[in-house]
Amino acid sequence: MATTSAVPTAPLQTAGVEPDAARPRRRRGESRFRSPADVIVFVVLCAGAVTMLLPLAWMISTSLKTQESVFAIPPQWIPNPVEWGNYARIWEAGPILSGIRNSAIVSLTVIVVGTITSSYAAYGFSKMRIPGKNALFLALLGGIMIPFPALMIPTFMLFSRIGWVDTLLPLIVPGLFGNLMMVFFLRQYLMSVPDSLIEAAVIDGATHPQIFWRIVLPLIRPAIAAQVILWFMGTWNDYLGPIIYLNSENVHTLQLVIANFNATYAVQTDYPLIMAASLVALVPVLAVFLIFQRQIIESIALTGSKG
Amino acid sequence: MSATTSTSTLTAPGRGDGAAPRRRPGRGRLTRPERIWGRIFIAPPVIGFALFALAPLLFSLYAAFTHWNGLSSPVFSGLDNFRTMSGDAQFWQSLWNTLFLMLGIPIGLAVSLALALALNRRMPGRTAFRVIYYLPGVSSVAAISILWQWALNGDFGLVNQLLASVGIEGPNWLAEKMWVKPALIIMGVWKGIGFSMLLYLAALQSIPRTLLEAAMLDGAGAWRRFLHVTVPMLRPVTFFLVVTGIIGGAQMFAEINIMTPTGGPEFGSATIVWYIWQQGFQNLKLGYATAMSLVLGLMIFAVTAFQFYLNSRNVFTVE
Repeated sequence: MATTSAVPTAPLQTAGVEPDAARPRRRRGESRFRSPADVIVFVVLCAGAVTMLLPLAWMISTSLKTQESVFAIPPQWIPNPVEWGNYARIWEAGPILSGIRNSAIVSLTVIVVGTITSSYAAYGFSKMRIPGKNALFLALLGGIMIPFPALMIPTFMLFSRIGWVDTLLPLIVPGLFGNLMMVFFLRQYLMSVPDSLIEAAVIDGATHPQIFWRIVLPLIRPAIAAQVILWFMGTWNDYLGPIIYLNSENVHTLQLVIANFNATYAVQTDYPLIMAASLVALVPVLAVFLIFQRQIIESIALTGSKG
Repeated sequence: MSATTSTSTLTAPGRGDGAAPRRRPGRGRLTRPERIWGRIFIAPPVIGFALFALAPLLFSLYAAFTHWNGLSSPVFSGLDNFRTMSGDAQFWQSLWNTLFLMLGIPIGLAVSLALALALNRRMPGRTAFRVIYYLPGVSSVAAISILWQWALNGDFGLVNQLLASVGIEGPNWLAEKMWVKPALIIMGVWKGIGFSMLLYLAALQSIPRTLLEAAMLDGAGAWRRFLHVTVPMLRPVTFFLVVTGIIGGAQMFAEINIMTPTGGPEFGSATIVWYIWQQGFQNLKLGYATAMSLVLGLMIFAVTAFQFYLNSRNVFTVE
């Protein structure tokens, strides 16, 4: 019988009912307009939303057209006939599959390892007494101010010296050392955690790695989640890094693959094929965004309050 | 045991209480485990910074003063690269293009502020609006650039077909010197407003109601409340967006490389990063490209440092 689970949920349920009963009108009121001006604003916002979505809708529409109907006048919004075959053709027309694989390898390795190193460092920088810590932190702060394009040539030469050009390593290895933005963000977050929490664990005899895994990590998980999603989107969408380091098709990331699709098939005016391939490249990130949109939007709001 | 060791850890560092003897914090024998673990924890980003930022930076300080084709070793050439730069019309053109494209920043801010003000009212579908307006922002630059290259196609693109439906004959955007930059700005605004709007919205919601109510009691109308309460309260966010916009704009590359692979009509859309990339990796003038990236790095560094400086001051002025 579900005896063990029934006990803790019972008080939780009554607690959950109370606030709902306390503010009865809220949900209803939110879905109604309060003045005529609101209606006008709503209509304007809808028009804006349509404008925002129009290019994406056009992309989907083009991807389902035949090569001839792309040039139909007047333009067709609903493709006729609907050419699903474009989505079958892209897999043979270029290395989409290996592009997805390479992009996944890069973003997953970087994010899994990099998140752990960044979190450890954030713990060290916020809560541990290390001589020279503040000076080092300031130096890292300076590092954020130097953008990658300003360093891309010497960095490229460094990797070419050790023979890593045309492999995925230059895209992966720097990320394994952690992401400075993430370190700063998590450090900021940890600053608001009382020191006594960690001191109590120290008194209880916990070692620092134990404290990290048992106390710090669970505490910063929400902050990590938001940062991981943003970082994933950044790595997945990166274009400058891959175009510098990768020559051979078999190591191309997805973004390079679709850029090459564009260069190759635009000459043949095969726009449906290009749009289908680009949509396939968009889908993973859009899916992540739509699933986690609440966390992402909240974490962006947080960025703003810092700025 | 370790419990006793760590207890003294807590009292050892003088946290400002005058009773503590002149012992530097974290130097005692008893805090050793903390120091060692701490160093291990912060080591990766520090090493990464040394290897992938500091070392390249130091090397570029040398390479910028050399002739270097990447195949043989660099040959010292003094200020040659910087002399070339000052006379290089394409360098100045790309710098000008980069600046011109930043016109999108004020336009985007105005639009996104208006959107945020609209969304700050109570109405149905607010979440949906937020998601829709931010959708282009999360999309990959490559895919977006490919999409817009097609949408801006002179004969069959979306933009010109829409213009045609209201009787305007649109230009061949990406092929005409006069139109390539406006086209890129439109696309940039479309991609960027979602993010700024979200920040503005968050800032608007954090303005204390009491401030607006006080202004209302003093007889300020809606417009004056907006001008004298809302706008000043939004200043930190505006500033943040302008600076991040400048930093991001200075690094614009993918759009240019995909949409106008040769730098645009009469070099009309080549940005500075695109030109550095072209000189360095296409023409193998690595020394010259390094010199230009050093200039770019200095400019971005200045903007960022300025932001940090003003930010640290803002904390006091706003509060």
